[in-house]
Amino acid sequence: MRKSTLVLALLATGLGALALEAGHGLVRAGRDGPAISRMAKMSADLGLTDIALFSEARFVRHLSQADLFSPFQDAPMSFEHFPTGSLASPPRRFGPTGGFASTIGKEGGS
Amino acid sequence: MKTWLARQRYLVDFTLAAALRRKGRNAMLLGVYALMIFILASVIFFGSALRREAAAALQGAPEVTVQNLVMGRHALAPPQWLDKLRHMRGARHVQGRLWGYFYDKATGANYTVMTPPADKPDYALKPGETIIGASIKRLRDGRNLGWLMLLSPSGKLFKLKIKRTLPETSELMSADLVLMARADFLRFFSLPEGAGFTDISMQVRNRNEVAKIVEKISRLLPTARVITRADILRTYENVFSWREGIVLAMLSAALVAFAIFAFDKASGLSAGERREIGILKALGWETSDILAMKFWEGALISLAAFIIGVAGAYAHVFFFDAGVLAPVLKGWSVLYPRIHLTPSVDRLQLVTLAFITIIPFTAATLVPIWKAAITDPDVVMR
Amino acid sequence: MIELNEVTKIYNEGQPNEVVALRDVSLTIPEGRVTVFKGPSGSGKTTLLTLVGCLARPTSGRIRLDGRIISALPEHFMAAVRRETFGFVFQRFNLIRGLSVIENVMIPAYPLGPDYRGLRARAGALLERFQLAHKARMKTEVLSGGESQRVAIARALINDPQWIIADEPTANLDSRLAGQFLDEVRQLKQAGKSIIITSHDERIFNADVVDVVVDMEDGRIATVEER
Repeated sequence: MRKSTLVLALLATGLGALALEAGHGLVRAGRDGPAISRMAKMSADLGLTDIALFSEARFVRHLSQADLFSPFQDAPMSFEHFPTGSLASPPRRFGPTGGFASTIGKEGGS
Repeated sequence: MKTWLARQRYLVDFTLAAALRRKGRNAMLLGVYALMIFILASVIFFGSALRREAAAALQGAPEVTVQNLVMGRHALAPPQWLDKLRHMRGARHVQGRLWGYFYDKATGANYTVMTPPADKPDYALKPGETIIGASIKRLRDGRNLGWLMLLSPSGKLFKLKIKRTLPETSELMSADLVLMARADFLRFFSLPEGAGFTDISMQVRNRNEVAKIVEKISRLLPTARVITRADILRTYENVFSWREGIVLAMLSAALVAFAIFAFDKASGLSAGERREIGILKALGWETSDILAMKFWEGALISLAAFIIGVAGAYAHVFFFDAGVLAPVLKGWSVLYPRIHLTPSVDRLQLVTLAFITIIPFTAATLVPIWKAAITDPDVVMR
Repeated sequence: MIELNEVTKIYNEGQPNEVVALRDVSLTIPEGRVTVFKGPSGSGKTTLLTLVGCLARPTSGRIRLDGRIISALPEHFMAAVRRETFGFVFQRFNLIRGLSVIENVMIPAYPLGPDYRGLRARAGALLERFQLAHKARMKTEVLSGGESQRVAIARALINDPQWIIADEPTANLDSRLAGQFLDEVRQLKQAGKSIIITSHDERIFNADVVDVVVDMEDGRIATVEER
């Protein structure tokens, strides 16, 4: 067979596979809608603030609730939990009363 | 147009035949290239699906959470805060929440122990009962069916009847939850009645006034830290904004690799290759034909790598639950939610990925040829 | 007919290694004949061939093909002239390594984008004519010298050009193969093709098929002998 025919056919097959996957994505997105709503309802009912993807340390389990000093809290040497800690650094600016710079300024004044 | 197409197909034929001469090298190149795209696309798919699901779930998060800080660290909020906040104008559903962490020596996992809000009948618990996350159930499978045995931090054995398990489809939010009644919670952590709350959550009557409420709270309770839902959403937006972190780092590595590859190609255009270009020109090929032929070489390899990589990444993330990425994310956590992510593709990121891979690679194959392609064809006679 | 009018070719002009390869050459090459450029190496015969075959442009002077000036055409048109008017047989054959014999024969037709089946049939017929049909799918590396040359001639003929240009065609061939080459030249001439050959091989310029012998010396034409 002509080489270009073979390769173009393979590429077309690949594109077809991508199209099938896109179709799968649409179907799944539709089908999973109710489950996601249920999860949102549960989160609202229980007042959950964080996702439970990492559970090995407090500051990665409750990212949005962590202390400003949380990386040091579990052990004196616990600077960082690799690799999740590198994905989930403590937020730099966190609300009007949070954040390193703003805290120092406000606390120092009072 | 028809001739143009036919001509391009012949050029594709030629470039394929030429590429087949170094099967091993080109197959390896394609493999490495596809692998790189596979990893990047997996991260993009995983990140965007997770971000979307987290965003949907966190829409219901408390509008405002108030924590007490003592010496810069999180401490229990005193019970009288609850009254102060309840009297604040614009605040609704002010609730003291009790939750904490528990390390279970039996399984080696960390749990998040919570008391459910009193006004939610779905989660109503009598003392001695518990509702647990699906991951915990899986972790303890086969042991104490129907019962959850926990050794409290102070050494007391707790035997709780498992009322039900939270649905697997919401594991992303609830994998490690252990819900117990307020009385059990206080006994479990040896807290006296009136010790206060882990934090205080509230809703705000008028969403536009969140900033004002936050300001009022920090004036009322100077030691409090206030976290708004916007903060939470922003935190997760940042965490899963892979562009800004890992992906960028990986991309820069990838781009450096491309640069090295391009340099290698540029400096590695051998006398033989130059001569071959001369032969083709002598046989009547134009400079544009040579360039088009080389363009197809780069374009076909990068297109094939892109298709293989992206199709593979989709299957990896959404059919096989990101089996390759998961260990990286799991770290050393014992409890890991089994998440079947709902496909959500960030088209912009995918297009960006296509641009930063296909174009530089194609350019890298074209540029070194340029000079050779414009030389006179009479070199073949010398 | 190709006419050259005071053609000069200087390589590396203005640099210390400047070489004047051709000086004020004027010549008329007739159609339908076999013309041989003869002379020692460095005499300028190969340079003359590259100018005639549109592989390079002269530094000064004019070259006309059937009355049309081809020495000052832009690259795009030069390539088109090269492709449609001339078929080249190079001294070292210059087959593309790693490609099959039939692919090599088809290469000059690629930029024209002809019908694939027609092109393949034409290439097959040419290989048949040169007794190479059984090697069509083999790589060119496995061919012997004589076979390589026949593939090179087949390639030169794929676009059915009027002019065939051969540079030192017998330099690497023994007497039997040289004789075979001359037979092929004879056939081409009978088919009405015009042939230009450079050679310092007396088996070539003494052959009876040759019509014109141009003797080159030091970048100039010494004698033109018409038979």
